[in-house]
Amino acid sequence: MDISTQNTDTDDTPPPAAPPAVTAEQKRAARGATRPGDRIFLALSRGSGIFLLVIMAAIAVFLTYRAYLAISKDDANFLTTFEWNTSLLPPKFGIAVLAFGTVVSSIIAMVIAVPIAVAIALFITHYAPRRMSGPVAYVIDLLAAVPSIVYGLWGALVLVPHMDGLFGWLNDYLGWTGVFSWDDGAPRSMLTVGILLAVMILPVITNVSREVFRQVPQMHEEAALALGATRWEVIRMSVIPFGRSGVISASMLGLGRALGETMAVATVLSPDFDIHASLLNPGGGTFAQNIASKFNEATEFGRDALIASGLVLFVITLLVNGAARMIIARRSEYSGANA
Amino acid sequence: MSHAAAVADKSPSTLQGASLPRWSPWAIAAGSLALALVIGLAGGLDSKVQWGLIAGILFILGTFGIAAKVEGRRQAKDRVATSLVWVAFLLAVVPLVSLLWTTIQRGVKVLDVYFLTHSMGVVADSEAGGGIYHAILGSLEQVGLATAIGAPIGILTAIYLVEYGRGGLAKSVTFFVDVMTGIPSIVAGLFILSLMLMLDMQPFGFAGSLALAILMMPVVVRSTEEMLKLVPNELREASLALGVPKWRTILKVVVPTSIGGIITGVMLAIARIAGETAPVLLLVFGNPFINANPFEGAQASLPLYIYQQYSQSAGSTAAYDRAWAASLTLIAFVMILNMVARGIARWKAPKTGR
Repeated sequence: MDISTQNTDTDDTPPPAAPPAVTAEQKRAARGATRPGDRIFLALSRGSGIFLLVIMAAIAVFLTYRAYLAISKDDANFLTTFEWNTSLLPPKFGIAVLAFGTVVSSIIAMVIAVPIAVAIALFITHYAPRRMSGPVAYVIDLLAAVPSIVYGLWGALVLVPHMDGLFGWLNDYLGWTGVFSWDDGAPRSMLTVGILLAVMILPVITNVSREVFRQVPQMHEEAALALGATRWEVIRMSVIPFGRSGVISASMLGLGRALGETMAVATVLSPDFDIHASLLNPGGGTFAQNIASKFNEATEFGRDALIASGLVLFVITLLVNGAARMIIARRSEYSGANA
Repeated sequence: MSHAAAVADKSPSTLQGASLPRWSPWAIAAGSLALALVIGLAGGLDSKVQWGLIAGILFILGTFGIAAKVEGRRQAKDRVATSLVWVAFLLAVVPLVSLLWTTIQRGVKVLDVYFLTHSMGVVADSEAGGGIYHAILGSLEQVGLATAIGAPIGILTAIYLVEYGRGGLAKSVTFFVDVMTGIPSIVAGLFILSLMLMLDMQPFGFAGSLALAILMMPVVVRSTEEMLKLVPNELREASLALGVPKWRTILKVVVPTSIGGIITGVMLAIARIAGETAPVLLLVFGNPFINANPFEGAQASLPLYIYQQYSQSAGSTAAYDRAWAASLTLIAFVMILNMVARGIARWKAPKTGR
C-alpha cells in the first residue's frame, strides 16, 4: 500500500512537524531503492507484472498471425460464409453460424441465469435466516467449483433425456412461433445448451452481485425501513439502485464465461453448419465447440482456420470483460476474479 | 407501522396493522400443493413437474390474494417477492444435487483400487475394465508444472501491485490481469498451439502446462493481492522503522502474515485448472498408455479422459461408467482441495477484525 500517505494520515497530531517527516520518508525510500537486494526484488516483481502484459500481447500477436495465414487463403467471405471446408481447394470457411450460435446460446443463458442469480444474491444478503446464509453461499461456491467437463457429462447424459417433456410442452403451446417448434429430434439443441450454460454462470453472477449488495450503505436501508417500507420496498428503493451497475458488470462477467465455454457445449450440442430459426431442433455451433470438435481431424491449415475463429472469440470476450471491468472499476474495490 | 393496512383493517385501535400468523406460508403451501394434486389427478396430468408448476402458481396467487386481503397490497407484494427469492434459491440447488447425486451413484460402480491403478493400454473403449492411472499421472504432472510456473509469477506480480505499484504500469497490469481472468481456456490453448505450429512440435504434456499456467496466473494475482492488502500498514512501518530493507520487510513480515490466504488462493487456482479440458485437448492430445514424461509424447489427463470416454465410445455403457467414475475422482479431488484451502484460510487468517 501507499505507505507515505498512510503515515501522514496517522501522524496528524503535530501539524508543523509533518512536512519534514515526509521529506525524510522520501529520502529514506530513495536510499532504500539503491540497496542491491531491493533493486533485485523490485526488478523481479515488476518483471513478473510486465511478463503478464507481454503474454497478453503475445496471445493477440500470434493468434492474429496464424489467423492471417488462414484467412488470406480463404476463398469465401470469412465473416458471412455458412460452411467450414478447410480441406477443399481452394478452402471455403466462415464464422457466420458460429457467431450466431455463440450469441444465441449465451443470450439464453443470460435470460435464465441473471434473474435467478440476482435473486439468490438477495437471498444470501437480505432474506436468508442468518444461520443459513453462510451454508447457502458455500453451496453456490461448490456449484462454481465443479469442472466444466463434469457439467458437460451431466448435461449430455442426465439433462438431455430430461428435456423431452419441456420441449414437447413448448412445441404444443408455442410451436406456432417457429422459435419453439420441435421435430422430435434428440433435444441436443441451443436451448439445452443455454440452460446448461445458465447453471454454469449462475455462481459467477451470484458471487459478484452478492459483494455489491453487501456494500449498500446500511443507512439507506435503515432510512427506508424507518419510513415504513416493507423489505421488498427497501430492496427496490435502496439496494437495487445502488447495486445496478455492479449487477450489470457481474452479468457481463457471466456472459464472458458463457461465450467461451467449450466442453459443456461440445458434449451436449449435436452440431451442423446451418442457422436454425428453432431453438429446440438440434444444430448450429459455437466458436469454442467448433474448435474442440473439429480439431482432431484438422490439417495444419485447418488448425490455422480454427485459430482464426478463436481470434474472433478472443476479441469478443476481451471487449465484454474489459467493459465489465471498466464498470466495476468505476465503482470500487470489489472484483469477481475470485468468483 | 403501516397506515394503509390499518385503515383497510377492521381493528384500527393498534398501531400495527393486521398481520398473518407466522405459520401462514406453510399453510398456504400445503393448501396449494393439495389443490395442485387434485387438479393434476383430475386433469390427467402425469408429470410431477407439471404438478409442481401448478402448485407453485397457486402458492404465489394464494399468498398474494390472502395477504392483500388481510395485510394490504404492499405487504402482499413483499410476501410474493420473498417467496420468489426462495424459489430462485431452490432452483439453483436442484442441478447441484442432481449432478452430485448422479456422479456419486454412477461413479461408484467401477471406482475401485483396480480402476485407480491401471491404464487403458490394452482395453478398447467399448470394453469393460481399464482405469485412470495414466490420466491421474498426466493430470498431476501437468498441473504441478503449471503451478510451478504460474504461482511464483502470480505472487510476485501481486507483490509488485500492492507494495510497489504506482502509476501507469501498475494500472495497466491491474486492468489486464482482470481482463485475463476472462480469457476462455480454449483461447489460451490456441495461443500455445500457434507457437507449437511454428516450431513444428507434436503434442506433449508440458505444452498443456503452459496453457494452464496462463489461466492460473491472473487468479493467483487477484487472490494474493486481496490478502496482501489485509496486512496492516503498522507492521510494515514497524519493520521499516527498525531499518529493515523493504525487500526483507516484504519477505519476512508481509508475506508470512498473509501466507495462509496466499496458499488458499493458489490451491483454489489449482482446483480450477485441474478441471480444464479444452487446452489439454488441443495440446496434450490424450494417450491410452502410461506416459510419465511430460516433455515428450502425448499424455492423458483426467478431464480429457472423461471427454474421450464420452465422445469416442459410441454410447457403450462400460465407457460411460468409466467417465462417471473419473468424474467422481475429479470432483473429489477438486472439492477436497477447496475444503482444505478454505480450512487454511480460516486457520491462518490475519487478525485484522475482518
